[in-house]
Amino acid sequence: MAHRLDLAARLGSTLIVLQMLAIVSSTSGADPAGTRSLLLATTTSTQDSGLLDALLPAFEDDSGIRVKTVAVGSGAALALGARGEADALLVHAPGAERKWMAEGHGDMRLPVMHNEFVVVGPAADPASVRASATVTAALGQIARQRVAWISRDDGSGTDLLEKELWRQSGEPEKPSGEAGWYVRSGQGMGATLLIADARRAYTLSDRGTWLAWRAKVRLVELLRGDPRLRNDYSVISVRADKLPEGRIHAREAVAFARWLTGPHAQRLIAEFGRERYGEPLFAPASAKPAPALPALPVPAR
Amino acid sequence: MLWAALEEAMKLLVSGDRELLRVIGLSLMISASATTLAALVGLPIGVLLASGRFAGRATLAVLVDTGMSLPPVLVGLTVMAVFWRSGPLGALEILFTPTAMVIAQFIVATPIAAGLTRSAIAGLDPDIASALDVDGAGPVARALELLRAARPQVTVAIAAAFGRAVSEVGASLMVGGNIANQTRVMTTAITLEAGRGEFARAMVIGMVLLAVALLVNATLAWARRSDRASA
Repeated sequence: MAHRLDLAARLGSTLIVLQMLAIVSSTSGADPAGTRSLLLATTTSTQDSGLLDALLPAFEDDSGIRVKTVAVGSGAALALGARGEADALLVHAPGAERKWMAEGHGDMRLPVMHNEFVVVGPAADPASVRASATVTAALGQIARQRVAWISRDDGSGTDLLEKELWRQSGEPEKPSGEAGWYVRSGQGMGATLLIADARRAYTLSDRGTWLAWRAKVRLVELLRGDPRLRNDYSVISVRADKLPEGRIHAREAVAFARWLTGPHAQRLIAEFGRERYGEPLFAPASAKPAPALPALPVPAR
Repeated sequence: MLWAALEEAMKLLVSGDRELLRVIGLSLMISASATTLAALVGLPIGVLLASGRFAGRATLAVLVDTGMSLPPVLVGLTVMAVFWRSGPLGALEILFTPTAMVIAQFIVATPIAAGLTRSAIAGLDPDIASALDVDGAGPVARALELLRAARPQVTVAIAAAFGRAVSEVGASLMVGGNIANQTRVMTTAITLEAGRGEFARAMVIGMVLLAVALLVNATLAWARRSDRASA
């Protein structure tokens, strides 16, 4: 019997040593000499929509550069970029991006694609958002009537725009929400939509995430098309001299930025989402201005 | 929603999805490595605390106890700050690789291995320890003998350390980056899929994680049983 235990122990230890060797070798994730790589910090919306899964393999084929993607939200991506911890950023917070570029952190900043944000909420629509002429008017109504609103409050591109819209409606950036109507989830778009659904509250969502989630919640889309709700994505390459020589893969980042705005990528972006959603999720930056977007078909329930 | 999710879960598992298999494999590799290192460091510390008498023993005891309640996200943040490009060990380029995750899980699991081993040794019949002293065994041989004597509890300590490592999500997310096919493990994949609204997939992965934990513990229980039978 003890023999069986010894055997198990020996087998176990061999397996474990093999595994550790595997890890150490796979971790020259510092890549085998000669492989060019790039660390891309991006938003959860680009990752969750599946767009990167469609684009990155094409980039790796075209350029031979391996891309490691961390999806952290626009605010965190800009912060990482400012420290030189990422080589390229794909974000959607134009105001924050412009400020960041002005502070001298970046080398190139190019528009990649855009879509829109939508205001979603309970079907009953107590604040008459559906009838509002503009998003700022809608937010004003919601604040005046103290109807429940969920804010992501996580420094993401969506969050930064939401705060800007509150400012533009004449409300404080973070309405004080005594009586608890203004709720801060601190989480991603999916979780925030679930909270809004549970509390029959309003919230702001990017169109891609909304399309993926609308069948899972009872919320409905109430306002879209306001030019303030335009959602612009840009690619940024971080300045090479932020860190000692070689730490930032600047050439690879520039190659990525150029590729993303080049004909191959822009074509892929223009088609992405058609299969799953019936229409493309994003409009490439290189396209001519599109006619007004058709109304989203109401999903059968 | 739950029922549909379970149905989807069964289908996905049976289809042998490649990405899913990769996620499971990485989880096991990383957590097993972290647990091995945690055992190599934690078991000797446990023996030391249980039977040694040396200056700083009380301090070490407090460190081990505190370590058991160390918030993994804090470990993640600290490891990140040490290994990112502008950090002291940035030149190693370890951040966002499995190695960083092994390090983070090791830090979280070691106090558990040490603390439970200490209890195991301390709970031994004092006659065993005295017998070893009479024998005149050197410190290493003595430690090994003590561990052998407390084998059942020590395997529990290792199993608990593994449990902590494999279910860890906060630090693994931060230092690994949840990169597809590179640093995405079961726990971080669950977070991702749930955030995308893919609840069926998240459920599948969760079930596999549970199955792994069950398997590890069942195996160790079997080893303890056959061990007792031969004692």
